[in-house]
Amino acid sequence: MKRASSLSRRQTLLRMVAGAGALGLAACDRVSRSVSGMSVIDSAENVTRTIQRALMAPREALAPEYSPADISPGFKPNGSVDPDDPDYIAARDEKFVNWKLQVSGLVERPLQLSLQELRQMPSRTQITRHDCVEGWSCIGKWKGALLKNILDAAGLKPSTRYIALHCADQLEQTLDGSGQYYETIDLVDAYHPQTILAYELNDEDLPVSHGAPLRLRVERQLGYKMAKYVMGIEAIDSFEKMGRGKGGFWEDRGYEWYAGI
Amino acid sequence: MNSPVRQSTDPSGDRVISRHTFLVRATHWINALCFAFLLLSGLQIFNAHPSLNFGNRTDFDHPFFQLSAHQDADGDIKGVATIFGKAINTTGLLGASRDEGGELAPRGFPSWATIPSYQDLATGRRWHFFFAWILAINGLVYFFNLFARRHIRDFLPTFSEWREIPHAIVEHARLRFPKGDAALRYNVLQKLAYLSVIVAFPLLILAGLTMSPSIDATFPWLVSLFGGRQSARSIHFLVAFYLVGFILVHLAMVLISGFLNNMRSMITGRYKIEEETP
Repeated sequence: MKRASSLSRRQTLLRMVAGAGALGLAACDRVSRSVSGMSVIDSAENVTRTIQRALMAPREALAPEYSPADISPGFKPNGSVDPDDPDYIAARDEKFVNWKLQVSGLVERPLQLSLQELRQMPSRTQITRHDCVEGWSCIGKWKGALLKNILDAAGLKPSTRYIALHCADQLEQTLDGSGQYYETIDLVDAYHPQTILAYELNDEDLPVSHGAPLRLRVERQLGYKMAKYVMGIEAIDSFEKMGRGKGGFWEDRGYEWYAGI
Repeated sequence: MNSPVRQSTDPSGDRVISRHTFLVRATHWINALCFAFLLLSGLQIFNAHPSLNFGNRTDFDHPFFQLSAHQDADGDIKGVATIFGKAINTTGLLGASRDEGGELAPRGFPSWATIPSYQDLATGRRWHFFFAWILAINGLVYFFNLFARRHIRDFLPTFSEWREIPHAIVEHARLRFPKGDAALRYNVLQKLAYLSVIVAFPLLILAGLTMSPSIDATFPWLVSLFGGRQSARSIHFLVAFYLVGFILVHLAMVLISGFLNNMRSMITGRYKIEEETP
């Protein structure tokens, strides 16, 4: 008899614990869906950025580079792999010979650079690790024009705070065009010695699945910052009026603008 | 649990000692709360890529651990956990579990084990890093106290205690716990268990930081220390589950070795010593 009652007491206790847990998790879901609740949780991003940037001394600390033996046999393409924009398809079909990168915004000299001109600019080749926000990593050898040189050639106006990258791909089909991929980075990353607009992967022309003709590499952040199919770069002082105002396609969908972790 | 122990006697004549300082009690509960949120949001993050590798790069075809979903001949969804190539049917729990509508759907860990309950990597990451900061700051306070007040000595086994381990295991298996003066300090198994946690938390945090591309640029030696970013991710996961195992045993011991006395000692600090019966 005593045994039975202690068993049921144990069951009641377990049920209470399980019930409290379920209530707690339901509360977490409610906070996750509320703007004001998440604004507290989201404050961690600013702490992370401030501390990570403060730790970075010198500011141009390089991301680790690897040897040719470390290169991934199959570098996983992610996000858009074959944009269906008609202008893009036309440029792709003629191997981007008439295509030009638009450099605009808060610059002294707006530029239009052909792939040939970009290839003649100072380049950097680096074997780096690409870390996807999902958790996987691939290692690849990238070659591209240093973003710093392009920005210097255009001459940034002092009010520039960010560089926006406009892309050819729509990762989400929307009526208002907010599914268009774009990204923004600040000048610390734009002027970093490993920040390039890559036109080669593993010694070959950048494949369409990896963002041909041009893809950004910002090696100290996660993969979604490294915009593919870059059609134009724009010097800006704020990204509030772009997309949904959070500074990038994935940022507009809840991901951190600072993707250093 | 600082020596010399302050003690008094309660009305029934038992000794009551002041076992845990305020700082230890506060950091214990903050740590427990943070760990709960970090574990559940961590499982949400894991679900975005539910497999583990060693080294720097991901070998998508040969993870040593993977949760996946397959369709069998009848078109039913089956959840499978694969460990070192050995597949185990885990339908309903791992790989595939019931969604809000009660339908079996592909999912690494089930919705009751993740924050938020639905698939949402972005929000899971927000929760994870918010509580990671609180855990880290709380941990710094705890570690400062651990060394500044030499609290660490309470966890270091003495030479003679190492030889008592087999005896202590037998006593624990019989659910006979130290009484009287022996209960004033931790026994050797407690010391080793708590010591492992004192090591595990910094290891967990370092492995987590190693997954950050920005931290890797600043401290490249971290990647080498863990043998690559994917190794760090796997170690982060394994250490987290070591701690889950610790917590299960810890809770069981709290329950069977005098639940109310144990809880009181971690809330008010006061712990009653049960005297040895002759």
